[in-house]
Amino acid sequence: MTVAAQSKLHDCRDAFAVTLEALAEKDERIVVVVNDSIGSSKVGGFAKRWPERLINVGIAEQNMIGVAAGLANGGKLPFVCGAACFLTGRALEQVKADLAYSRANVKLCGMAAGIAYGELGPTHHSIEDYGWLRVMGSISALVPSDPWETAEAIKAVAAAEGPYFVRISRMGVPDLPHSSRGFQIGKAEILREGKDVALIANGTMVHLALDAAAILAGEGIQARVISMASVMPLDEAAVLDAAETGGVVTVEEHSVRGGLGGAVAELLAAKAPCRMRMLGFPGFLPTGSVSWLMQHYGLTAEGIAAAARELRDLR
Amino acid sequence: MTASPNLVAEIRERARLIRRSALQMVYEAKLGHPGGDLSSADILAVLYFGVLHFDPKNPKDPKRDRFVMSKGHCSGALYSAMAMAGFFPAAELATYMKPLSRLNAHPSRAYLPGVETSTGPLGHGLPVAVGIAIAGQIDGAGYRVFVLTGDGEQQEGSNWEAAMTAGHRKLKNLTLIIDRNRLQQGARTEDTVALEPLADKWRAFGWEVAEVDGHDQAQLLDVLDPDRLRDKPLCVIAHTVKGQGVSFMRDQAKWHHGVPDAAQFAQAMKELA
Repeated sequence: MTVAAQSKLHDCRDAFAVTLEALAEKDERIVVVVNDSIGSSKVGGFAKRWPERLINVGIAEQNMIGVAAGLANGGKLPFVCGAACFLTGRALEQVKADLAYSRANVKLCGMAAGIAYGELGPTHHSIEDYGWLRVMGSISALVPSDPWETAEAIKAVAAAEGPYFVRISRMGVPDLPHSSRGFQIGKAEILREGKDVALIANGTMVHLALDAAAILAGEGIQARVISMASVMPLDEAAVLDAAETGGVVTVEEHSVRGGLGGAVAELLAAKAPCRMRMLGFPGFLPTGSVSWLMQHYGLTAEGIAAAARELRDLR
Repeated sequence: MTASPNLVAEIRERARLIRRSALQMVYEAKLGHPGGDLSSADILAVLYFGVLHFDPKNPKDPKRDRFVMSKGHCSGALYSAMAMAGFFPAAELATYMKPLSRLNAHPSRAYLPGVETSTGPLGHGLPVAVGIAIAGQIDGAGYRVFVLTGDGEQQEGSNWEAAMTAGHRKLKNLTLIIDRNRLQQGARTEDTVALEPLADKWRAFGWEVAEVDGHDQAQLLDVLDPDRLRDKPLCVIAHTVKGQGVSFMRDQAKWHHGVPDAAQFAQAMKELA
């Protein structure tokens, strides 16, 4: 039985909204900045409770990022919430100059990232977001995989000084079997031990990696499953340990260029070369529903398992 | 309220020193933007020595007035004013653009205390200033927020996004000053993409607009007096001359980022003596 079949599926925006409101009750500095994205970011509850702390700049993303930097300058703790595709791409230079380079204490919450918008197409897909941000080197990017990790990520970035990006999916994901060690920025979590191959995944792909590990176990292949919510900074120790299995598969709802796979490959090429397969999207995608696109590009438990088998067969 | 003649004279003298210092920096670095340094020198002198409330020893004081230098390329004039105001030792001006200097060609918040946000790419300052002003509005804080943009910079769309937000929220604690020297990097603004009627545009976006001679310290002091604030953001169009103060640099696009040779530098310093 798949992980998803064993749990209710959750929209991580719900955990985000509940967590943010709980934080805002105790921290008056917290404000929310939106680009007419109150509903799509699920901050309607926040807006109702604290209307003066909800700053809607309208459909104006460049301004939105600058305004957030200014609010931080004025002592506020801004959470900027909008569709990830516009939040990053439309305002990328503002993110670079006003947030990353200026070290502004602003938290970006990219909603409906990846291919959550399905049929709306490449303009609305956000499969470049943390790749763009990661290369700046001074803005951190977190990609939580379920409600618990989402809540922990939001708490962590609220407590940390500086610019952060948190990718929040609206795609249904199950609760994952977390250890009790807690969430830390820059730390991965091993969700399943294994010595034959390592599956490093984040976001909506982690539960599929667990399913893939179950399939592989039936064939006598023990796959380690690592949830790498922290793409930047990467948990380098966890990646280097994973390389000792002899094969690493990365799985992400992102472009295969410059994302999690890229980050892992950069590290392994320099310090522990090993066979890799990078699963994700090749670039702009054809028209299709979310599930069709996932199937088409092999982002399924069977697709992940197939990539792992390939690595084993190369040895 | 009319400014005292003594204050006006003091600021005029500081503007002269800012011009000399900025030209010295550009001459030594063999890089910079002297035309805009010279057009903005009086505005910067008025802000730092007649308007802004700040403590250079406590540059993060939550109660400080904020000044955002959106035309970050005119850093020669900005750094000269900041050093004179006590944010860092004047001797450091000699490091302008040298390796590891805090004085990057474009001001960096990461390097230099007193820089409110990093600028350089145009159209970034006003949105940040709007954000600071909103924070002040939420808190009922007494500080004012000032931002200086170039005029060519008005072509950046982000300014108009921010203009709408500021007008909508009636940010009376926000003042935009436009250094209207009528020249951008390549040509006259009106021959590139016309800005006029500029004052009407800002009024249409919900702002109070005033036009002054940007080289007249008394006029600038008067228009920036808090008594003049209305229930909306203020846009001051400061009519200036690019290269003001040096005869051969006046009103020519080539001095946007031209660097004087030794003879030109000597002549310029003589004119600013």
